Amino acid sequence: MKPLIKITFVFVFILLTAAQTIAQAVDRTKPPVLPAPKSLQLPAIQKFTLSNGLQVVVMEKHQVPLVQLNLVIKAGSVNDPADKIGLANLAVDMIDEGAAEKTSLELADEIDFLGASIRTGAGAHSSFISLNSPLSKFDDALKIMSNIVLRPDFPKQELDRKKKDRLTSLLQMHDQPTAIAGAAFNKLLFGKEHPYGRMTDESTTKNFSVEDLKAFYKKYFVANNAYIVAAGDIKADELKKKLESVFGKWQKGTVKEEKVKEAVQVANRIVFLIDKPGAAQSVISIGRVGAQRLTPEYNALVVMNTILGGSFTSRLNNNLREVHGYTYGASSRFLFRPIPGSFTASSSVQTEVTDKALVEFFKELNAIRETIPADELNRGKNLVALSYPGNFQTAAEIAGQIDEMVQYNLPENYFGNYVQNILKVTNADVTSAANKYVVPEQMIVVVVGDKSKIEDGIKKLNLGEMKYLSIEEVLGSVPKFE
Amino acid sequence: MKKLLLFIFVLCSVSAAQSLKIPYTRYVLSNGLNVILHQDHSTPTVSVNTWYHVGSGHEKVGRTGFAHLFEHLMFEGSKNVAEGDFDKLLEAAGGENNGSTTQDRTNYYEDVPSNALELALYLDSDRMGYLIEAMTQEKLDGQRSVVKNERRQSYENRPYGLAYETILKHMFPQGHPYSWPVIGSMADLTAASHEDVVEFFRTYYVPNNASLVISGDIDLNETINLVEKWFGEIPAGKPVPPQNPAAVKLSEEKIVMLEDKVQLPRLYIAWITPPNFTPGDAEMDVLANILSGGKNSRLYKKLVYELQIAQDVYAYQSSGKLVSQFQVVATARSGHNLTELKNVIEQELNKIKTEAPTQRELQRVVNQYEASFLARLERPGGFSGKADLLNSYYYFTGNPDYANEDLARYKALAPEDIQFAAQKYLPNNGRVILSIVPKGKTDLAIQPKTEVK
Repeated sequence: MKPLIKITFVFVFILLTAAQTIAQAVDRTKPPVLPAPKSLQLPAIQKFTLSNGLQVVVMEKHQVPLVQLNLVIKAGSVNDPADKIGLANLAVDMIDEGAAEKTSLELADEIDFLGASIRTGAGAHSSFISLNSPLSKFDDALKIMSNIVLRPDFPKQELDRKKKDRLTSLLQMHDQPTAIAGAAFNKLLFGKEHPYGRMTDESTTKNFSVEDLKAFYKKYFVANNAYIVAAGDIKADELKKKLESVFGKWQKGTVKEEKVKEAVQVANRIVFLIDKPGAAQSVISIGRVGAQRLTPEYNALVVMNTILGGSFTSRLNNNLREVHGYTYGASSRFLFRPIPGSFTASSSVQTEVTDKALVEFFKELNAIRETIPADELNRGKNLVALSYPGNFQTAAEIAGQIDEMVQYNLPENYFGNYVQNILKVTNADVTSAANKYVVPEQMIVVVVGDKSKIEDGIKKLNLGEMKYLSIEEVLGSVPKFE
Repeated sequence: MKKLLLFIFVLCSVSAAQSLKIPYTRYVLSNGLNVILHQDHSTPTVSVNTWYHVGSGHEKVGRTGFAHLFEHLMFEGSKNVAEGDFDKLLEAAGGENNGSTTQDRTNYYEDVPSNALELALYLDSDRMGYLIEAMTQEKLDGQRSVVKNERRQSYENRPYGLAYETILKHMFPQGHPYSWPVIGSMADLTAASHEDVVEFFRTYYVPNNASLVISGDIDLNETINLVEKWFGEIPAGKPVPPQNPAAVKLSEEKIVMLEDKVQLPRLYIAWITPPNFTPGDAEMDVLANILSGGKNSRLYKKLVYELQIAQDVYAYQSSGKLVSQFQVVATARSGHNLTELKNVIEQELNKIKTEAPTQRELQRVVNQYEASFLARLERPGGFSGKADLLNSYYYFTGNPDYANEDLARYKALAPEDIQFAAQKYLPNNGRVILSIVPKGKTDLAIQPKTEVK
């Protein structure tokens, strides 16, 4: 850390004496008038490629001696073959379970000993292996990370262990009302064949082989199907040398782009009731197919959703929590992806008020389509725009922002123009986006709760056709263990 | 808490080698309010972080959950801030805010763009000075309902959700400040009255029982003047009544069972251990990590990696001001019972009690602590940034910039210290064992010993 000067107590007391005199007549009747916000001055975005073409994007931030480095593979669960759902997730999870003649335990011991951490994970369209390391240990940690990425072994005994872990997690999902609601919502919205709706099951999990994992790895883990984003206390030119020495010889391959078909929009409103006897609350998820990340209406949707259910003062939270006390919180969100992801409004509400809560949900989903009062619109815009600097504080946050920029090929001045672009959103933009994307007649409604207590009330609302599902119909039957 | 209830046990995350200075300025207003300022100009943001030195451990019997319910009321407006305006004004300025309650304290933060510092001070001072003038029965009833739903969501509708309060009930004598959970009971939440709100506010929400940290992109002189302007006029309260709990010691093994709507049985073993920042506390943090931090930790490696009879295992020291708790929690895989898990856990604990851990095991944990200290310096605000850290160190140690001393506690440990701590603080005849089993599967639980004469 940089040396800093400590101010002495004596100095402060002198200032305080001066301050006492102005403390008399403070006017609390209105909030203080604020100066204009400062603009966010970000360090430059630096880009370079390694000799094999691997793209690297870096933002230096020399404040705390930590470095975040994310290696992103442009393949994820959407690339799972139809009979091997869950493959990307398992393959990426297995990548640090033995590599370069080191066992799973040896790798974990080495990385833990450095005080660094390596995380791995697969999303829908991309997967990552990320490193967070103290600067002083970065070289050693990077070496371990590169071995994991370039020379994984996928040992059979580790795969067998992971399978047990995953089957047990699948079993435990049967206990968790929010997980059940989430799985049901995606499956019912996108369909069980669509990459955004399908989920792995017992027999698929049991059938995965080492060869499956290696095939996934071989196909997608190539230098021209990856990029690196980094942030923190490291100079771009030094990082380039270090990365060249570990990733510079990584081979390219042939990867053909696999297009994912857009999901079919909901036609009529259907209510799906999933019985969880004895539940103290009902978990509600309401929604439809939403919007893609690069839609021209993106900024309008972000502002609109902030007002609808994306902030504490949002209409859904204010209505269901603050006005009615039905819940601890209610929210809505768009999952922006390369093709339209979901729009969801959700909450966990007290069992006894499930029907009343649904009425309030639909009140707000309809009302957001009307013109927004000016002060509410401004509050929503200001919250999104003025809180933006808060997204660039930790090295991991900065790397995440850059990752999105690379993934969607956003212009280099995107961060710099974000605030003014949000502030430019008009009332008409928001209303038009709401009318296009929030269509209450074309939504599915998923409720996980105690059917004996909530069914009659929901029926009387006449929201649409009622369908009944068991937890097993959503998650599959409870896995069996030998 | 407002949006999220912090469990009193916070797993110390894992790790660096430089000196960890958080330079600060501290002074006291004439009303007793402690003020701590820290400059960080890396982004144009400021965090205003206020700790009231009151938590669920200060509640009266019959009013459990009140400190947390009160925390909710702090967002509902004050004399000059209409109901709803606290959040509206902050959001309109691009700010974010929250609060949380533990057994020992209640904290609040407003993270705002640096131009909105004065707004945060205005709002925070108005509720410190003038909350009661605007308190109504409707506000109390509204937040009572929200908090009851928080309890339903986080405890009753969550698998294994009632473990925590069951352990506390058996671990501490009736009436001990830590014998009930922060969220409180439904009956006590129902009983909370307007008079309780007034009394609690006048007793505990006084400037002399609070500390205010302002961290981020600030000018010192200007901030000192603004703090005086908004907080200086709030009158001091009476001295806060001290907490005088009797010393606690568990001198028997209590075996307890709950049936729940779960697929798999889970075992909890809990001990009372030394308070936060006292001798033994750092040892127990390290021991917890040696037992369950990472794949090579002893319990994880044995139960989850090698034998594969458990789905997960966690050990942690949950450090409190009066005492701490040490817990080991493990979930059995299908086909296994909790006695198998308990036998392995005891074997591993006995090994540590008999033979000190290796130097490498200890160093691995200390290195991870060192890096985790760095990670806490990345963020000026929020629940886990520098502002809250300064307040936490100030409250627990009297020194806001205690990070170096804190880290030194871990670096000074020898393997034998961990062994001795395990011997001293984890006795078999002074602990609570809780089994949570699927309904009707009581045979999977740890069975109480039958007396043989």
